[in-house]
Order: sequence, then C-alpha cells, then structure tokens
Amino acid sequence: MKKFIISGFLVLICFTGAWAADKTPTVLSNKEAIDLVQTHADYVWTLVAAALVFFMQAGFAMVETGFTRAKNAINIMMKNMMDFAMGSLAFWAVGFGLMFGVSKTGWFGTSGFFLSDFKPGGDPWVLAFWMFQVVFAATAATIVSGAMAERTKFVGYLIYSVVISLLIYPVFGSWAWGGLYKGGGWLEHLGFIDFAGSTVVHSVGGWASLAGTLVLGPRIGKYMKDGTIKPILGHNIPLAALGVFILWLGWFGFNPGSTTAANKDIAMIFVNTNLAAAAGATLAMITAWIKFGKPDAGMTLNGALAGLVAITSPCATVTPMSAIIIGAIAGVIVVLAVLFFDRIRIDDPVGAISVHGVCGAWGTLSAGIFNIGGTSLKIIGVQLLGIAACFLWVFPTAFLLFKLIDVTIGLRVSPEEELEGLDFTEHGGTAYPDFEISHAGGMGSTAGFGSLMGGTASEKMLRKPAEQT
Amino acid sequence: MNKIEAIIKPFKLDDVKDALNKIGINGMTVNEVKGFGRQRGHKEIYRGAEYQVDFVPKVQIDVVVDSSLVDQVVEAISSAANTGKIGDGKIFVLPVNEAVRIRTGEKGEHAI
Repeated sequence: MKKFIISGFLVLICFTGAWAADKTPTVLSNKEAIDLVQTHADYVWTLVAAALVFFMQAGFAMVETGFTRAKNAINIMMKNMMDFAMGSLAFWAVGFGLMFGVSKTGWFGTSGFFLSDFKPGGDPWVLAFWMFQVVFAATAATIVSGAMAERTKFVGYLIYSVVISLLIYPVFGSWAWGGLYKGGGWLEHLGFIDFAGSTVVHSVGGWASLAGTLVLGPRIGKYMKDGTIKPILGHNIPLAALGVFILWLGWFGFNPGSTTAANKDIAMIFVNTNLAAAAGATLAMITAWIKFGKPDAGMTLNGALAGLVAITSPCATVTPMSAIIIGAIAGVIVVLAVLFFDRIRIDDPVGAISVHGVCGAWGTLSAGIFNIGGTSLKIIGVQLLGIAACFLWVFPTAFLLFKLIDVTIGLRVSPEEELEGLDFTEHGGTAYPDFEISHAGGMGSTAGFGSLMGGTASEKMLRKPAEQT
Repeated sequence: MNKIEAIIKPFKLDDVKDALNKIGINGMTVNEVKGFGRQRGHKEIYRGAEYQVDFVPKVQIDVVVDSSLVDQVVEAISSAANTGKIGDGKIFVLPVNEAVRIRTGEKGEHAI
C-alpha cells in the first residue's frame, strides 16, 4: 500500500513538473523528478544489497558448522547470531561514529555516535548507509568465530565480538573508507584502493582470527606429539557447501552494493565477482587434485570463497579478464595457505585465516597490479602500505584483546568441556538429539582406534590445553 | 537352534535379505556396526591431511534358525554378500539356548 502511495506521489510530481514547463517536458525541466527517482533507486539498491550481505551471516554459520563437529553446532549458531546482534548494537553506539564521523586527524571519526546524525524528519540517507555498513562490520566480526571454533569460551567470544565492532574494525575502516560519509582517513587520501573491503573487512577478520587461534592454541587431538596431524572431520560437508553458495549469493550484495548507488557500474562488478569466485573454485580444485590425488571438497569450497575475498577490493577497477586471473591465483594461494598454517600448527578449522587474511591481502595487492586505469609502483606501494597497516593495527590489538580476555575471564573452555562438546557444556543442549553422536576422539563417524590411541596424547594436553604439543 | 551373525558390506544388505527370503527365512535383525579385520581400515583425505579410518562401516545381520537350516543360511548369505574383494565380511554361527515370542509366550523353535 505504502509503495503505491509513493509511486503515485512520484507520478504526480512528474506530471506537475511537466505542466510547469509548458506541457513540453525536457530532461532539464524534469531534473528534480529524475533526481528523486535516482535517489530512491539508490536507497532501494543499497538496502537490498544490505539484505544480501546480512544473509552472509547464514552462510558463515553453515560453513563453520559444516566444517566442525556436531557436538559444537549450537555453539557455532549462537556465536554467529550474537556477533551480529551484539555487534550491531556496538556499531550503532560507537563503531559507526569512529568509522564515518568527522575525522580531523585522519585516524578516527569523532561524531555520529548513537546514530545521532539522524534527526526525525531529516534526511534518512544516514540510516540506509548505516544499515549497509553494519552488515559489513558484522561480516568482519563473524569471520573469527570459525577460526576459533570448538574451544572458545562463549562469554569470551561475546566480549571479543563487541570490541571488534566497536573499536578494531571501525578504526581501520575510518582510514580507508571514512570519506564515504563524513570522515576522511589517511589511507584513502594516499589513494588506497579497497572498493568493497578485501582489507577493510576480510583481512581485518582474518588477522583477528590469527590472533585468536594463537592465543587459544589448537584443538585437543589435532596435533600429535610425534609430529603427525590428525584431521578433525567436519560433521556436514553439504551444510558447508550450502554456506558457500549462500556466501557467493551474498557477495552479489557485498561488492555491487558497495556502489551504494543504483548505476551501471554494478554490472561489471557483478560479473567480476562471479568470475573470480568461479576461477577460485576451479583452481583450488585443480591444485587439490594435483596435490592430494582427489578433488577435495573442503579445499574447493574454500577456493570459491578465496576468489570472492580477493575480488572484493578490485571488483570495480579491473576488467573481467583480470578478475579471472585474480580469482585463479587466490584459488591456488588458499590451498597452499591452509596447508602452511596446518604445518606450523595454527589450528583453523574452517580456513578463515587463509581465505580472509591471506587472500584479502592478495586481493588488495591485485587491485593495484591489475588497475584498469594502469598501474605504477606508487599505486602498488600504497596498496602494500594498506595491507601492512591493516596487519599492524589488527593483529596486535586483537592479540592483546584475546590475551586480556584469557587472563581475566578465560578464553578457552576446560579440556573436559572441550571433549564433552560446547553445545552441552556452554548451552545445555544438543543440536541433534535424535541422532547418536560419536564423541570418541572427536573424529565423528569415523572415530577410530587411532583416535582413541590419540586420546593418550590428549591426556597430557588435558593438563595444559593451550600447549602446542 | 543357532544364531547366525553375518557382518557384511552395507550395500550388500538388500541382496542378502532377498537371498534369505528366497530360502524361507522371514525374520532378521540388522545393525549398523563398525570394525576392521586384516585389511586394517583404509585411508581418507580431509582438507589435504591424510588420515586412517580404522573402523570401517559394516552391517551386521542376525538370524536365528533351526539347526538343520544353518548350512543353507550360511551358504545363502556368503554367496549373496560375496564380491571377491577385501572386506566382504565374516559369518559366525552360535548356539542358542532359548527363544521366546513375547506376544504369545511360545518358546523354543515355535518362537523363531
């Protein structure tokens, strides 16, 4: 009904405009009405895109639970639900102001807290813009829950998710994106290209994940004393795949929506986004096939995400051909990165550090290399500076945050709780009460003699869970 | 009376059930089980890391029959479950002391 009134109103404006101009309407005489239509289209596109990006929370939830054990499924759902819920409140109160408020120094904004830029009856653009930005902040926050899955104390995670949305994400965001609203950061003044946030969103989440996994230590039973790696199987690969499809869909809001304007640019951004994801999945599959002899599903799923993360920064400033190259390289990088982090005993159950941290950095660099308007050492230098600035801001602050949580309320659950599963110990429930779930050694349905033997190694870890044996 | 426990490959369950029906066996109990024998499981890959699956999924069929039928049942199961490849499973024959049909209270061979 409301829609009818609005469109009726629009038609009315058009007509009155036409009459005023002696019944021969021209583009010029109708300028006001045309501008209004454009403004309304911008609102609609920005908010539809925001809804698509919001749905990525579901994608992350499915990917993360698919790649982890059934005994922690409720915990993953709660983390994904609450980092969005509490993150929204934190971003409303403080984060948005820090990121997009007036910035005299170029280091952080100082106005617009509690959405104070909106006055009832005033211009509602700040609301549409806030809605689009809050789902981005939540994306950065939720990346971390996968890397820290299956061993993090719930209350510790809640505190982290408030702090990243309130402080860590907005401060870096203000350096690169503040000028999209009232701010203006030092990085964007240098010409830093990060259209939709390979660095601003994904690397921030990725490096925070790295800090979190380092403070937490690996899951019990993952790394054996004799140096072998025991994979801990995810309980539902179809759910993980569904999550990747949802994320791919959501990215059509994430990248093309970052125009925050309904214009023709979104077509190329759409195509680039899709092609990079396609190339990422394909090359990750081929890399896995060559390396392991089989087209590994987990790696292929990560490859699609790697391509998406990489194209996020350059999506508006490279050709479709470049997008394919960028995604393809990301697909190779992500497989090697997952293997690398496993080898140095950083336990990241879903590959968040590789997908979001490493491929976010690659995508940001690629925006300089493949820039449609030509590249130069200066452009690439600024991209590298942005990548480094992100790491140097996020990693230390997140590490400190997790350490503080660890020494005060504790970041990791007890070994007994970890073995029992967080669903029961943290949330008092079971995700799949109608199914029998194997807890032995945490190896899911393939729980084997080997993993039970592995339990003896775990016994020693019971005393000092964070120790990397 | 004897109990025949057959541990077979899961995808052979239908064939074995049909073979048993054909020789007049009209009752059985089926369990999903895991285990290993001389083959010692097999290797799988998850996200690039190889791991040993020691307990391979199998199906266990329990049939209790009159002792005179044992050879026929064992033959039916082993020919229906045979693929000739490693991991076809095993059949055990056990004595049964007593059987009771709960609904009627019948005992012994009348109860099976």
